[in-house]
Amino acid sequence: MFIVLDHVSFSYLAHTPFEISALVDVNCAIDRGESVGIIGRTGCGKSTLTQHFNALLFPDAGKVLIDGSEIRKKSAPLKEVRQKIGLVFQYPEHQIFEETVFGEVSFGPRNMGMGEGELERTVRWALDMVGLDFETLKEKNPFELSGGQMRRVAIASILSMRPQALVLDEPTAGLDPEGKKMIFGKLKTLRDEWGTTLVIVSHSMEDLAQIAQRIIIMDQGKIVLEGPIREIFSQVEKLEWYGVRPPATARIAAEFRKRGYDLDCTVLTPQELAKEIEDKIIQRRKG
Amino acid sequence: MLGKSIVLGQFIPIESPIHSLDPRVKIILAGVLIFILFIVQDWFSFLFLGIFIFGLTLTAHIPTGYLLKSLKPILFLLVFTLVLQIFFTPGEVIWEYGILRISREGFVRGLFIIVRLCLLILATSLLTLTTTPVELTDGLEYLMNPFKRWGFPAHELAMMMTIAIRFIPTLLEEADRIMKAQEARGANFETGSIIQRAKNLIPLLVPLFINSFKRADDLAIAMESRCYRGGIGRTRLRVLQLKQSDYRFLFLSLAFITFVTFSSFFLW
Repeated sequence: MFIVLDHVSFSYLAHTPFEISALVDVNCAIDRGESVGIIGRTGCGKSTLTQHFNALLFPDAGKVLIDGSEIRKKSAPLKEVRQKIGLVFQYPEHQIFEETVFGEVSFGPRNMGMGEGELERTVRWALDMVGLDFETLKEKNPFELSGGQMRRVAIASILSMRPQALVLDEPTAGLDPEGKKMIFGKLKTLRDEWGTTLVIVSHSMEDLAQIAQRIIIMDQGKIVLEGPIREIFSQVEKLEWYGVRPPATARIAAEFRKRGYDLDCTVLTPQELAKEIEDKIIQRRKG
Repeated sequence: MLGKSIVLGQFIPIESPIHSLDPRVKIILAGVLIFILFIVQDWFSFLFLGIFIFGLTLTAHIPTGYLLKSLKPILFLLVFTLVLQIFFTPGEVIWEYGILRISREGFVRGLFIIVRLCLLILATSLLTLTTTPVELTDGLEYLMNPFKRWGFPAHELAMMMTIAIRFIPTLLEEADRIMKAQEARGANFETGSIIQRAKNLIPLLVPLFINSFKRADDLAIAMESRCYRGGIGRTRLRVLQLKQSDYRFLFLSLAFITFVTFSSFFLW
């Protein structure tokens, strides 16, 4: 197991009257090469959870193990952990500060101590991975780019540290459908060709359907449901209970079932759903 | 997430007769107290004003210890003042060691200034502990209104203060987030020499400034699109209205303070 959380609890402003407990006895394990989606309503602890993955927050109780070694507050090898697990915050373009795209993307690897020669190669690769052209953009001011491009530069500036796992908090928030498709496409390439482990936090089941294999659902600081994406998708009522809007495909399938059609609830894409409906209607006509 | 729970200013959200007073009454009274504290010259007045402030603290249901905590930031100033006064005031020598000598006059004067400073801070803390920042700016705007006829921008100043106060938690939250985001990229805010650390702040400060300017722009557009054009002809949702209890409190307090002041001038 690559990332393991063992009975982790965490609260903000601990030992003050304003204490808020954000994680309660959380257990989870993420394997190398997996792509996992984390979903839940606002304030359920998703972001707090992801910040435990790369030693930005440390548990009040329980253990966090990255690649087999425990991350403790006093002795954490911060750089090493943060290089291994790249964390892309929500609206990452808000953290851009450099005058050139090259400077921005090379900030991370420079901090990690990468040499100049390797630096250019890595920046080129990172920009390429998010579909941006190194030659035309490297000297450009990142603040002159479009919103979607800035987002991709920001993601590249994490990728340039060559993390083994990429954790993304709402990577497509505020992007148009075209931009969303672009980002998810690039993430898939990253997973399939480079074996990068993906952890994606999202509000939207439809988005996760495009890329995640396994889903973790959180509510009030706890993991309440966990499993392969098709299994999770079919539990429409449970999802609604936890404040997660089931994907349209699952909702349509559920409605069909209510009306007596024996539809497979684990359909993922609209194409699969259409095929399923067609099959069942034909079946019923014949029967 | 963190920023939301940070308490703004010192305000303690409880109910008490002092909390429910009109902010203008409290501001005026705090002003008068500060003024009087500067002009009285004897211990007797300090004692009575001290008792007065203590009485207000009790009425406001504020723990005395909490109020005293507000003295902490000026502790150094207090000690510094005392030391200066003790050693550098000429007079009857009561203690001597080498070139250091303490005079009786210096000792008394040092203590006197310290008590004065403490009472000043306590009086103003009592104001901010019992008044929300919004009430405070509201009250200030009302009090500054008469000066408008000489071109004093009372409304604009109050609006600026309100906006500034409103965005403190937002900024804190944002700073926290950007800091974490840069730390995730290996930035280091904690170690290194002073110059190095100042340099390391660039990745935090640049995005913070840029986002603030953007937010200010958005806010201006949002206000303009709702036809905001300054204070002219603007009505308010919460109109401050002096109640009978406000008048009574103001009158009694002023009477007490006047009495203390005058008696100190005539009796001594």
